[in-house]
Amino acid sequence: MKVLILGAGRVGESVAESLVSERNDITVIDTDPARLRALQERLDLRGVAGNGIQPSVLRDAGAEDADMLIACAPQDETNLVACKVAHEVFNIPTTIARLRSPEFDHEGSELLSKKGFAVDHVIHPEQSVTAYIRKLIEYPEALQVLEFAHGLVSLIAVRAVAGGPLVRHSLAEIPQLVPGAEMRIVAIYRQDKVVPRLDGATRIEPGDEVFVLAATEHIRAVLGALRKMDRPVKRIMVAGGGRVGLRLAREVASQYRVKIIEQQRARCEYLATQLPADVLVLQGDSTDEDLLGDENVQDMDLFLALTSDDEDNIMACLLAKRLGARRVLAVINRQAYADLVQGTQIDIAISPSHAVIGELLTHVRRGDVEAVHSLRRGAAEALEGIVRGDAKTCRMAGRRIDEIGLPEGAQVGALVRGLHLADGSEVEPEFAKPRVIIAHHDTVVQPHDHVIVFVPRRRMVREVEKLFQVSATFMF
Amino acid sequence: MGALAVIALIGRMVVMFALLYLVPIAFAVFEHDAAEKPFLLSGAATLTVGLAMSLATRRFRRELQPRDGFLLVGLTWAVLPVFGALPLWLAVPGLSLTDAYFEATSAFTATGATAITGLDRLPLSVNVWRCFMMFVGGLGIIALAVAILPVLGVGGSQLFKAETAGPMKDQKFTPRIADTARAIWVTYGTLAMACMLAYRAAGMSWVDAFLHMCTTVSLGGFSRYDASFGHWNSPQVEAVAIVFMLLAGVNLVLYFVAWRARSLAVLWRNAEVQAFVGALAGSIALISGYLWLNGAYAGYPEALRHTAFHVVSIATTTGYAAYDYAQWPLFAPLLMILLGCFVTCAGSTGGGIKMVRMLLLLQQSRRELARIIHPSAVMPVVLGGMAVSERVMSSVIAFMMMYGATLVSLTMLLLFSGLDVVTAFTAVIACVNNIGPGLGEVGPAVNYGSLSDFQTWVCSLAMLLGRLELLSVLVLLTPTFWRR
Repeated sequence: MKVLILGAGRVGESVAESLVSERNDITVIDTDPARLRALQERLDLRGVAGNGIQPSVLRDAGAEDADMLIACAPQDETNLVACKVAHEVFNIPTTIARLRSPEFDHEGSELLSKKGFAVDHVIHPEQSVTAYIRKLIEYPEALQVLEFAHGLVSLIAVRAVAGGPLVRHSLAEIPQLVPGAEMRIVAIYRQDKVVPRLDGATRIEPGDEVFVLAATEHIRAVLGALRKMDRPVKRIMVAGGGRVGLRLAREVASQYRVKIIEQQRARCEYLATQLPADVLVLQGDSTDEDLLGDENVQDMDLFLALTSDDEDNIMACLLAKRLGARRVLAVINRQAYADLVQGTQIDIAISPSHAVIGELLTHVRRGDVEAVHSLRRGAAEALEGIVRGDAKTCRMAGRRIDEIGLPEGAQVGALVRGLHLADGSEVEPEFAKPRVIIAHHDTVVQPHDHVIVFVPRRRMVREVEKLFQVSATFMF
Repeated sequence: MGALAVIALIGRMVVMFALLYLVPIAFAVFEHDAAEKPFLLSGAATLTVGLAMSLATRRFRRELQPRDGFLLVGLTWAVLPVFGALPLWLAVPGLSLTDAYFEATSAFTATGATAITGLDRLPLSVNVWRCFMMFVGGLGIIALAVAILPVLGVGGSQLFKAETAGPMKDQKFTPRIADTARAIWVTYGTLAMACMLAYRAAGMSWVDAFLHMCTTVSLGGFSRYDASFGHWNSPQVEAVAIVFMLLAGVNLVLYFVAWRARSLAVLWRNAEVQAFVGALAGSIALISGYLWLNGAYAGYPEALRHTAFHVVSIATTTGYAAYDYAQWPLFAPLLMILLGCFVTCAGSTGGGIKMVRMLLLLQQSRRELARIIHPSAVMPVVLGGMAVSERVMSSVIAFMMMYGATLVSLTMLLLFSGLDVVTAFTAVIACVNNIGPGLGEVGPAVNYGSLSDFQTWVCSLAMLLGRLELLSVLVLLTPTFWRR
């Protein structure tokens, strides 16, 4: 696929990185040639320097036969105009814009329709990161919680800790040890390496990173099975009042006691006007131990470092942990740093670009893919696809899971049935009675099921995608 | 010469004011009452003086500077009551010039304190004049001038600011100040029309409905009768009065904004309106319960009816009385008068500190307390989702200081002149906040007629200071203002 990416910022770069590895032709447009050069050296792509809203620059970048434009420049207006130009002048079939302001899609879809700015899909990086973090506030024991099928099914990443009922037991014992909460362990990573061939005899060891699919209502039971439950989060300290910090604080202010630390005076004042009065806005440096001490960081259930500076986030988290914060999370953009600190003193390292990638991949994947989540910093992927067609046209429909022929290591974790009518149209949410089916080797996939597949290695994604594709000529 | 340019404009204001005489003259001619001649005389005199002033200073006319604005507003408000007092002095037998000026100031500032006994026996046109002046003064004569006279030019917004009540005067609701002024006057006029019809429906005669409409929507409180609303002793009339006093106690601009947005949410989501309604409802509940338990009334419904009317009347700085509430245990009337100091919203026709300033100060105090525990916390004072600048806050605090100082010094002046404490204190509060009746010798059953000339002048000054929210007047007394 030929993809144009506008903007070589953090989001643009990780989008490029992710798509290059899937053998796409990537051209990145940015105004900064130095940046493009660096990117070109590191990744197999082409850089075009210039202003991406100008038709000449787009043409130069190959817009005429591009399949997709992903506009992720820092300004919303640039992205909107680029999509419009791409559609009007070059007729690029798919346009995706990253928009910071939520107002454009609130104002009704007209503004983004083909007649308007011609944006097919919108990605909201800040919103994705906020949602990611909110899940971790809700389930502080988890490393990551991802939703599928309108939130009915969740994929939970959790580190097994001695003391959890399932730890040091084999997978075959799960139904006896945790009755009532059906779950499927789709992958285990031991010392950062995937455990090959999960079967009934595989044992969960302390320190394992376990990926489990379960119905969303069973998340707590799953977490409780793999580690001792902490007390729920009540007090949160947020370092960094940027977009994510503000958004998060606003969303959780009614349920938790929130303190937010921000360095710039003017931003503090803005935060104070935007947040409810019971959120305490503090001006200062999040790596200032006196400030953290004065504001009782030792009583915090969760300390979130969300500034744009990786080093600050790491230091603030280390400091907060030392001073007694129960659990600390750092947003870390640089891959190397994230690998360095994950699972050390810092409980969770959040990589914002990967939160976004999933959102984007949903639109890039072929077949009827509903949701994609990038896992383990892009190494693995979980995707939710809808089975279209029937046994004649699709390799999934009407077959038992062990007959489908999934690539080695890929696992169907769960099915959701009942979200669609027989003709494939979606059921009105209030009438839908969807059923979550935890997959076994003999479960039969039916047309219109939502199937959630865990793919441990990126290169298998192509094969899995093919399983969802409907082809008229397919003959078994 | 700035002063001459100001006088030129005041001349125009006086001419405009002379036009207002048409209303009482019409009534006087139609009724053939005893005040026909005084009105014609005063109208002619006012017109002549006004024309003379503006013609004599014609050469000095020029665009106003901000500082001229304050001088113009201060002088206008001090001078116009002189002309307003003229017919009262001529038509009411035995009324001294001091009392006539007091009466006119009281009307003009929508205070409602009266020095005249025997209102029922006055010629109708005199009562029309008292009430009509109140109607015009309630919203502001400068606002009227800005709305209908194009001559004030850009300086108009300065003038408007100096006259409008409230701490934040920089918000414009329409691009042009004249349109804002016009919109506010239209709102006010609509409210007045509705009020008059409601009074008529509740059982007043057309004339009474007109007169009391004038003094209700302006939150003034003059009545045509000595007994005020006791004259009707009708729950319906009182209910209408309560509703319109409440409506007029809200920032009039909000009605305009609500109409433009086609949504009442603008009103009930407004923090100031919420506090205004909350404070009144709470006080009514408290006082009615207190009076009932104290045995002042036999039944709760009766206690509630009288409390509701008087609390709303005094707290919104109107000052109607239907009953001698001075007879109530002191707690109740004193609380009502204290409410009158701050309950009405900025931008309403009411007087006093204004609710918005109280809200700001409350937040300010709370944040000072919170800062002791969290020294690094950033807690701007927030109003309607916007941070209030430190400048506004310090001006509010300065206002409160001057307000306190004004109350104390004027009370001391009245005490010096020989009044008792209750009378002196409540008279000053009632005048500075443009409420009207106080307690003691100036209570609801008596009036300001018993005061000496000196005391009456002090009260007139208090009304002017209060109406222009101190700063606009006090700035004229600073040496910096006069230094070129």
